[in-house]
Amino acid sequence: MSSPTDSSAEAAPRHDAMREQLLSDVSACLGSALLQSHINVGNDLCVRVATDTWATSAAALKTSLGFDYFCFLSAIDWLPSPFGKGEEDPTAEPVERDTEIKQGLAGGETRLQVFARIVNHRTHVGITMKADVPDATPVVPSWVSVFTGANWHEREAHEMFGISFAGHPDLRNMYLPTDFEGHPLRKDFPLLARMVKPWPGIVDVEPLPGGGDEDDAEGSAE
Amino acid sequence: MFALLSSIPYWGQTILRLLGGSVAVLLPAGTIVYLFLFKMMSFMQSRLGPMEAGPYGSMQLFAEVGKWLQKEDLMPERADKFVFKIAPLVVLSSTFLLVVVVPFGPDAWITNFEAGVFYALAVSSVSVLGILMAGWASANKYSLLGGLRAAGQLIAYELPMILAVVGVVIQAGSMNLQDIVVAQNAGSIFGWDGLGNPYLLTQFIGFLIFMIAVQAELTQTPFDMPIAESELVSGYMTEYSGFRFLIFFIGEFATAGVFAFIASVLFLGGWGVPFSWFGWTGINDVDNWMNVGGPLIMLTKMLGLAFIIMWVRFSYPRFREDQLQRFAWKILIPISLVNIVATSVLKVAF
Amino acid sequence: MTIIGDRQQLAYIASQAADARVNVELETEGMTLNIGPQHPATHGTLRIIARLDGEQVLWAEPSCGYMHRGYEKLTEVRTFPQVTALVNRIDWLGSFANEVPFILAAEQLMEIEAPPRAQWIRTILFELSRIANVSLFLGDLGVQLGAITPVFFAFRDREYVLNLIEGATGGRFHPNFDRIGGLKDDLPAGWVDETRAVMKKMRKFCDEIENLLFGNEIFESRTRGIGVIPRDVALQYGMSGANLRASGVDWDLRRDQSLPMAWDKVDWKVWTHLDGDSYARCWIRLQETRESTYIVERLLDTLPSGPVMTKVPRIIKVPEGEAWVSTENPLGEMGYYVVSKGDLGPFRVKIRSASFNNISIVPWLLKGVYVPDIITILASLYFILGDIDR
Repeated sequence: MSSPTDSSAEAAPRHDAMREQLLSDVSACLGSALLQSHINVGNDLCVRVATDTWATSAAALKTSLGFDYFCFLSAIDWLPSPFGKGEEDPTAEPVERDTEIKQGLAGGETRLQVFARIVNHRTHVGITMKADVPDATPVVPSWVSVFTGANWHEREAHEMFGISFAGHPDLRNMYLPTDFEGHPLRKDFPLLARMVKPWPGIVDVEPLPGGGDEDDAEGSAE
Repeated sequence: MFALLSSIPYWGQTILRLLGGSVAVLLPAGTIVYLFLFKMMSFMQSRLGPMEAGPYGSMQLFAEVGKWLQKEDLMPERADKFVFKIAPLVVLSSTFLLVVVVPFGPDAWITNFEAGVFYALAVSSVSVLGILMAGWASANKYSLLGGLRAAGQLIAYELPMILAVVGVVIQAGSMNLQDIVVAQNAGSIFGWDGLGNPYLLTQFIGFLIFMIAVQAELTQTPFDMPIAESELVSGYMTEYSGFRFLIFFIGEFATAGVFAFIASVLFLGGWGVPFSWFGWTGINDVDNWMNVGGPLIMLTKMLGLAFIIMWVRFSYPRFREDQLQRFAWKILIPISLVNIVATSVLKVAF
Repeated sequence: MTIIGDRQQLAYIASQAADARVNVELETEGMTLNIGPQHPATHGTLRIIARLDGEQVLWAEPSCGYMHRGYEKLTEVRTFPQVTALVNRIDWLGSFANEVPFILAAEQLMEIEAPPRAQWIRTILFELSRIANVSLFLGDLGVQLGAITPVFFAFRDREYVLNLIEGATGGRFHPNFDRIGGLKDDLPAGWVDETRAVMKKMRKFCDEIENLLFGNEIFESRTRGIGVIPRDVALQYGMSGANLRASGVDWDLRRDQSLPMAWDKVDWKVWTHLDGDSYARCWIRLQETRESTYIVERLLDTLPSGPVMTKVPRIIKVPEGEAWVSTENPLGEMGYYVVSKGDLGPFRVKIRSASFNNISIVPWLLKGVYVPDIITILASLYFILGDIDR
């Protein structure tokens, strides 16, 4: 099984015929619900669908294209962390940080995105689905009626990101105490341990004696 | 027969019997725990077992007892205090009551009455009461489930056990355990009396059923749902600690020993050797040295049977509660009924 | 498959109706049993709240979170090489296997690939951690069902495998050996022969367990037909690994996707079972352990020479992008969705762990079973709490 990444590595634009075909199938199936797509050559197909069709497009893909295996569902907060990596001295003046929200593959407009992965268990090909979560009312349709297994994943996303899932039977907290405030995986939720004491490991690379500067791509191959 | 006994005054006999009874309960318990629970189980599981206390860990028992005696006697706040306290004693007392009818030699018995088998089987179910009391009084759901399971199981297995013994009683023509021993050792197989007539051979099905029922009565592994440590933590013993747990522990293994004694009396010829070896014809001819040799023979047979009980315990997974009931009512009881019919027919025929 | 599910469901409804009649007559009431967080059968701190009617479960609800360590948040303040130390602790019995998909995802973003020898050694260590993990499962299975002996065999023989892992990596449980671009070190001298000997021992261990447990009538009666997961339900819940293959889905990520690993270089078999019950799940795991020993042996036969580390910058900055890599871990599909912003550390790592999905089926599966079956089903689903809570 040779990796498709290898075989076409020399050619300038790399192609993934299988996923291109898949993308055309997906767009035929979803129609206008499909907003944007991106092919990670040899790895993944990423499609972004309209928020209100989040559940119906999953159902469509499941029934018509055979994506019947539910892998996971989660969310991403695209806001760059206002706290950085916690490597600075907490007593020093806080530094200005870039707070521009920049979405990843397949674009997007909002700070929060839900993403999920479903797989066709016959062809073993999976796709990643994304959808924007409206900033004002973070609610997306629930997948539970399509994939029962999404239940726990949506509960997790709910408590970690504060996203509500319309139609979910039971959005209780999964991990945190019931009276916990805040949504820990949002980037503006501070990691308190790191706020109190900076992590020393982040800058543990010392310059080699007599060595070049840090950006020197010196391999450690033996 | 009573040559030895009549030379001892009555109070002396009483002390001897009390001592003998205690030894008959505690010695098997200790031996089973050390030989089988500590050592045999370890060897089966490719480890050494206790090795530090005494040579080959032989003092481990005393260390364990000492440990338990030191532990705090904890009691759940909402437990039924009185019932909680006496429950282990009820279990242990059933063991002591059970050993009373077991004959260890021609004169080495504690009581010798006609309905011995009947008494033994009746008294053995007293422990169910203790277990049910412990389960209920602990005010713990695991304990309650364990206690109820124990009650259901012990009652279900009482019946096949009785029915298996009925075959022996028919063949021996007596319910007196001493008479059963004599009948086996004085008997003959088709005229050949080199082995006596141990009922293991003629009542083999009964023996199997009896041993399976004993395994269930003792709540040993294929039937250990009342304790079921992976489901019910420790069943009816969950809330017990210290001395009271120790009593349960002793009770468990002492009962194993006593049941092995009874099984060896019923099926293996008990304390006796085939009478033809020494030219004895009945119990009155038996020499006095059998009062010393008999208990040793019994101990050996008991260890053999306890070995089987423990061997099964260490190798088998556990039944589910409903499977256990089905096994008792649908398999064991019909087979033992057939066994009784067959025994009676053969008894009349020969 | 659905027929079995329907039958189970129908039997449950019928028994409920019968019980309801009796309950009205006798005025019985149910009982809520709280299994865990500290209980001998929960492999950690899983809590299951079960509503019982006698010994039958009306409903059961797992409650996790007693060991939530927030790894997804912690990865955001770590550099890429540091993350492997965290993810080691997800499935703590097969630690090395947790590192591999993360490293592969980072390598994919950096568009590098480990040299062949490193790929081979990775695969070997991956399979060794599977053997170490699943052999403990096989022993533990006995304990859950009441047989105490197998677990000691498992601990005895797992030790050989752990020694191998320690010999190669320096760590028995948390090797932290995988590096972006290769491995920390090459194999020590004599390791290959030692491994061959241990693989023979592990096959003997598998035979032993098979004789001790799988041939036992009580074991069969406890596991056959208990906790049947039909194929479509398994897919919907995202079951993976042996749990999915026991439901008749022929899917093994080692075979069915192309990764820079060495599984496709040797010949081996994916085991499936059609029953979908607890027995099938346990049986699949037994067969896979045996198969893993063959994989390791064949990989050792073809072990290429060469470096174990490719050229990587001393300070690793991963280019912007998103990558999803999942592998067939001992517990099932373990995957990382890594989002990088071209920084020293990942922007977001979604950890898709196998046990989380495998356990989410429990409320569906436990309806109408008996209390002992709760334990059987949980044991056969095989979860590790660190893998649920992350």
